[in-house]
Amino acid sequence: MKGLLLAICLLFASPAWAISDPAEALANPAQEARAVEVGRQLRCLVCQNESIEDSGADLARDLRRIVRQRVVAGDSDRRIVAWLVARYGNFVRLSPPLDPSTWLLWFSPLVALAGAGGAVLLARRRQAPAAAVPLDAAEQSRLRDLLQS
Amino acid sequence: MMATRRRLLLLAPLGVAMAGGAGFYAMLRGMTAGTFDPRGVPSMLVGHRVPPFALPGLTDADLAAGTQPVVVNFFASWCVPCIEEAPALAMLHDAGATLYGIAYKDQASKTAAFLDRHGHPYARVAADAPGRVAIDWGVTGVPETYVIDKAGIVRWHFAGPLTPAQVDGAILPLLKRYA
Repeated sequence: MKGLLLAICLLFASPAWAISDPAEALANPAQEARAVEVGRQLRCLVCQNESIEDSGADLARDLRRIVRQRVVAGDSDRRIVAWLVARYGNFVRLSPPLDPSTWLLWFSPLVALAGAGGAVLLARRRQAPAAAVPLDAAEQSRLRDLLQS
Repeated sequence: MMATRRRLLLLAPLGVAMAGGAGFYAMLRGMTAGTFDPRGVPSMLVGHRVPPFALPGLTDADLAAGTQPVVVNFFASWCVPCIEEAPALAMLHDAGATLYGIAYKDQASKTAAFLDRHGHPYARVAADAPGRVAIDWGVTGVPETYVIDKAGIVRWHFAGPLTPAQVDGAILPLLKRYA
């Protein structure tokens, strides 16, 4: 079923298709721009890899309509996204928020960097030549003997 | 001492690869058994009360009536996988489960014809023609199934066609637990 829907989505999902119906757009250009801005951050849950602004799926069209209704009603962007997250979870956001469940996702580059840095430091320390130690008196006299003989 | 540490360091990548292999094996097994769906998304409703709604044929009050747990199934006459899950729904019906159907974006006459043709396992059939209640439930497509306890709290959710294995392994035990 999802495969079929995906196939249908892919069939109709050309950029030109993106919100091609002018009847959907809000009359007020500023409000429409805001609705597009919010919609671009929200995932089409049928296609899963497109924003609702780009998707031709039925559900995406319904969600676009809801976003526009809320924009007209004067909701903030944050509240509109929160409304959708309450129903569909963080998955509906195309960019994952920073919270404990995504720490590994966001910080794994830092972990990798720290690991690589540690490995480099370790390797350099192992290769570092031993510092020169001056010869003591006994060694100096032995060296002299060797050189003279 | 130094040699054993070197050996351990060399074994570390092998350990990581083995853990990864075990993880992938578990995922593939789950996919063949139908218990793991890589495209599946957990429902926000699980553990929470169903959102207030009033559809022709069903309201949220009916789901919190306190008499028995119910299974709510979103379906549609235009949905091919809904035909695929008919045997699983019939199994639930035969086991005595209370099953409510919500027809998603469908016409009443087409819903009736679909039920005549593929079996009518539902104790009630409601209609969500605009699909607006489905959005409040977090439905992403049909079929989608929820198990709801006596108090109206959602206990289990699955998006996609149900299989008899899921009925046996997950739904019937839950209905017994929350009876």
